[in-house]
Amino acid sequence: MQKEIPEAAVVATKPIKNQPAIHTLASKVVLTLVFILMILAEPGLAKVLPEDRVDVLYHSYSGGGITINGPSILVRKAYKDKISIWGNYYADMISGASIDVQANASKYTETRTEFSLGADYLVDRTLLGIGFTRSTEDDYDANTINASVSQDFFGDLTTLSFGYAYGDDEVRRNGDDEFSDQATHQSYHIEISQILSKNWVFNLSYEAIADEGFLNNPYRSIRFLDDSVAQGFSYQTEIYPRTRTSDAVAARTMYYLPYRAALRGEYRNYSDSWGIKAQNIEISYTHPWRERWVFDFNFRIYDQTSADFYADIFPFQNAQNFLARDKELASYDNISVGLGISYQFNKQPFLIFSSGTINLNIDYLQFQYEDFSNVLKGQALGSEPLYELDVVVTRAFISLFF
Amino acid sequence: MKYLFLIFSFFSLTSCMSIEPWVSPYERDALADPIMTFSRTPVDGAYMNHVRQSREGARGAEGNTGGGCGCN
Repeated sequence: MQKEIPEAAVVATKPIKNQPAIHTLASKVVLTLVFILMILAEPGLAKVLPEDRVDVLYHSYSGGGITINGPSILVRKAYKDKISIWGNYYADMISGASIDVQANASKYTETRTEFSLGADYLVDRTLLGIGFTRSTEDDYDANTINASVSQDFFGDLTTLSFGYAYGDDEVRRNGDDEFSDQATHQSYHIEISQILSKNWVFNLSYEAIADEGFLNNPYRSIRFLDDSVAQGFSYQTEIYPRTRTSDAVAARTMYYLPYRAALRGEYRNYSDSWGIKAQNIEISYTHPWRERWVFDFNFRIYDQTSADFYADIFPFQNAQNFLARDKELASYDNISVGLGISYQFNKQPFLIFSSGTINLNIDYLQFQYEDFSNVLKGQALGSEPLYELDVVVTRAFISLFF
Repeated sequence: MKYLFLIFSFFSLTSCMSIEPWVSPYERDALADPIMTFSRTPVDGAYMNHVRQSREGARGAEGNTGGGCGCN
C-alpha cells in the first residue's frame, strides 16, 4: 500500500544519482581497458599463477553485545601451470544482539554459510579469473558471479587489472512469511600496480558499485518524537532508497627496508549517492625475526559522514520519504590497531606440502559515534550519551603450501 | 569519452615504443620477498574486509579483490 506522506515533510535529501549513468561510464572504461589490453598483449616473460595453498582459519569477533565465530577454509591448486582452481568455505555463527536489536527486539542466534568456487587461467602474461559465490542464511540468500583480467606490461613493471561482479540477493524477514524482496549489486573494479624501484611498489585502485532493490536491514527501526508515550519517542521501520551508487579510490604503497622489513601505507577516499563520504588511512609494518618468525603491526583510522536521510531521532512519524537510524549510516570514526604473529613450522617438505605457517592475528577496533545515541543507558531523551563500540577480532590459522 | 581516447592513444603509442625496464629482473629479489605482498594472507585479508564492510558505510577498492573470492 502507498503510504501517504505530508508534502512538507518530503525531504531534504540530495537527489539520488542516476544509476544508469555510472553503469554507462564504468562500462565504457572497462571496454576501453579491454581494448588497451588487447593492443598491449605481446609475447614475453610469463606471468605466474597464484600460489598453491591450503588455509584453515578460525575467526572470532566480539563486541557490542555480539559474538561471531566460524571457520574459513581455502584450497587453491594449479594444474600444468595454466589453470588454478580454488574453493572456499566460510561460516559466521552469530549470537547475541547489537544495540539496534536490543532496543526493540530479542537476542538471536544465526548461521551464515558461504561457498565460493573459481578458476584463474594463465595465457602468456594475462591472467583471467572467474568465480561464483553463494551465501545462505535463514533470511538472506546471495549469489555472486565475478570475472577479472590482469596483465603485466613494460618489462613486467606495470600490472593492469580490472574486474566485474554481479550479485543477486533475496531478502526475507523471520516471523513474516509474506515479506520477500530482491536486491542486485554490480561492481566495476580497475587497478594498476607499478614497480617504482627495486624496493618500492605503488598501487592505485578504483571501484564503482551500483545497488538496486531492497537495501536496508528489515529488522531495524528509526525513532521519532512521540509525546503520547512515557519515554518520549516511538519506533517505525526504516525506509531506504532502492538505489545506491558508490565510488572508492585507494592508493597503496609498499617499501622494502634495508634490514629486511616492509613498510606499507594506504589511503582510501569514498563517496556515494546516499551522501556518505568516508576516508581511511592505514600504516602497516612487517618485521621478520630470525628465520621462522614474522611480526605484523598495523594502525588504521577511518572516518565517515552520515547519510543524507539519517537522523538519531526524527521530529514525527514519516518525517521524510527516506528514514534511517542504522549506526553504519551515522557519522563516526574508528581507530584500530592490529598485531600478527606468524611462525614457519617446517621448512622441509612433509606429506604433500613443501612448507607451512601457523598464524595468530588480533585487531582491536574502537568506534566513536557522533550522532547515534545509546538508548540502552536508560537516560532521559536528549541526555543520552553517544554510543561507543569496542571490538576485538581474532584469527588463528594454518597455511600449508604445496 | 575524450579522456578515454587520450588514455587509449597514450597506451597505443607507448606500446609501439621499446621501454627499458628501470628495474631488471635480477634486481627484484627484495620485491619477490613474501613480506612485500599487499595481501600476504588472502583468507585473513578477505575476512577483515568482510568485518569492515559490515561495520562501515564505505565499500569498494579494498585491495583484496581479483581472482574471485578476494583471495589473491
